[in-house]
Amino acid sequence: MKTYTNTGNKDTRSGFGAGLTELGQTNENVVALCADLTGSLKMDDFKANHPERFFQVGIAEANMIGMAAGMTIGGKIPFTGTFANFSTGRVYDQIRQSVAYSHKNVKICASHAGVTLGEDGATHQILEDIGLMKMLPGMTVINTCDYNQTKAATLAIAKHDGPVYLRFGRPKVPNFTPENGKFEIGKAVKLTDGNDVTIVATGHLVWEALEAAKVLNDNGISAEVINIHTIKPLDDKAILDSVSKTGCVVTAEEHNYLGGLGESVARVLAQHNPTPQEFVATKDTFGESGTPAQLMDKYGLNSSAIQEAAKKVLKRK
Amino acid sequence: MSNIQQLEDLTTQVRRDILRMVHKVNSGHPGGSLGCAEFFVCLYNEIMETKDGFDMDGIGEDLFFLSNGHISPVFYSVLARTGYFPVEELNTFRLIDSRLQGHPTTHEGLPGIRIASGSLGQGMSVAIGAAETKKLNNDNHLIYSLHGDGELQEGQNWEAIMYAAGNKIDNLISTIDLNGQQIDGSTDTVLPMGNIKAKFEAFGWTVVEIEDGNNIEAILEGMQNAKSLTGNGKPVCVLLKTVMGNGVDFMMHTHAWHGKAPNDEQLATGLAQNEETLGDY
Repeated sequence: MKTYTNTGNKDTRSGFGAGLTELGQTNENVVALCADLTGSLKMDDFKANHPERFFQVGIAEANMIGMAAGMTIGGKIPFTGTFANFSTGRVYDQIRQSVAYSHKNVKICASHAGVTLGEDGATHQILEDIGLMKMLPGMTVINTCDYNQTKAATLAIAKHDGPVYLRFGRPKVPNFTPENGKFEIGKAVKLTDGNDVTIVATGHLVWEALEAAKVLNDNGISAEVINIHTIKPLDDKAILDSVSKTGCVVTAEEHNYLGGLGESVARVLAQHNPTPQEFVATKDTFGESGTPAQLMDKYGLNSSAIQEAAKKVLKRK
Repeated sequence: MSNIQQLEDLTTQVRRDILRMVHKVNSGHPGGSLGCAEFFVCLYNEIMETKDGFDMDGIGEDLFFLSNGHISPVFYSVLARTGYFPVEELNTFRLIDSRLQGHPTTHEGLPGIRIASGSLGQGMSVAIGAAETKKLNNDNHLIYSLHGDGELQEGQNWEAIMYAAGNKIDNLISTIDLNGQQIDGSTDTVLPMGNIKAKFEAFGWTVVEIEDGNNIEAILEGMQNAKSLTGNGKPVCVLLKTVMGNGVDFMMHTHAWHGKAPNDEQLATGLAQNEETLGDY
């Protein structure tokens, strides 16, 4: 079984910041807007290097999204930055009308997604954002798994013409994908080959899926791990190809099981190849205060939860 | 440069277009459309500097954003009659497969439209974004926007108003259609907004008042004044006092025709009060 090395824990938001810094140097049309969270979003370097292209909007996210839509008129590529909660639910109608329906080339970059935001608690821990964003016609939805992939995705979405939701997080997590790796929007990445069960994971759950696959392998269960960084458009073929071999699937995400990656996978399978599936996700609940590790454990979002789900789904084959 | 009579004639024709459009589909918003007919005619014929043809980026020309998208009939009529698309297309307003959606949208590719609007309160933010891009591009053309007075009840406007003053967006002229009416009644009965002029000034805007917003000479004078006030470190707000339903006597001075179409008889009455000038579509 192919294994991956953690080159050192890093936060995905810093990958975004590094990508934005590079874009500042390489693409003069990139502009950045932030709603009073410049440090949290790691946008400081961009701000320092390109103050004329950095727009501090204050605690006014609706205005930020509208401004970003307007800034595209004349050729700019706006990247908005705030927490995932304030990037989506708070400004859903602004995104819907001024960005998505109006086909504006806005990149909505959202940090602190999910329960791993930690101690701030449920007011800030959005677990519904993937669902909100994937339902918008024309919106691309990306949830990256580590620092390197987040940086690569940040660079890639600048070249994509159309609205994008880029979701990442706060905690330091294993960094294991290649440095300066290629990022293809809509293209799944198969991380391990396996025959018994497919594990389709996104975001912080990808490393947990790899950890689970190792344990399962030691117990004689061969797991194929697929990193789905792009939830929309979903790489249907990669999922169907794998499931045609394994005959069952576990989906894993730091998101509500209603509206998330799991439901997108279930839709593909129901349509083309009905297959037993288990969902590692939050079960229609809000989060709470705690450390990221405590919360991942309590809400069943880690390697052991994936292992349990794999054993359960294997029995349903 | 058109003379006043030409602008009056165009306005009369635009009123006919509005009435006929909403009558045909028995839906739409004639009241606010009629109230802003003179403003749109002046804006697109005398005030804005625009290029021939249409491209989304609009570099090197003035841009306009309609925030209160429900007055799409007047927007469509004036766009068509200033050459953005064929006048005959007004026949398709609100019909299936039309580029003239109930509320304006870029989705169908109608020339002249740069943002969708209809869900209220979003247009000023968009206009500010476009104004920031003009500055980044060293494009010294202006951004214009139009908003309903009732629309100011949406909180996003005040985020935008605060940003524009705080960041010296002085290439923006945002006009408020002060007709004092909204769907459920007068703005003073639905949600009193107090002194709108004082509010804009308190936020740091320069305010220009046009007392008779249905008088072409008054609009031209007021808007030229507003243009002269740009570039001075402050955004400019024009308070345009209009009469909802202007030019059709039974539609005036009431909120009743905000979102209601005339029947056959009412249409005939309205058209008789506005005789054909440039030719119906």
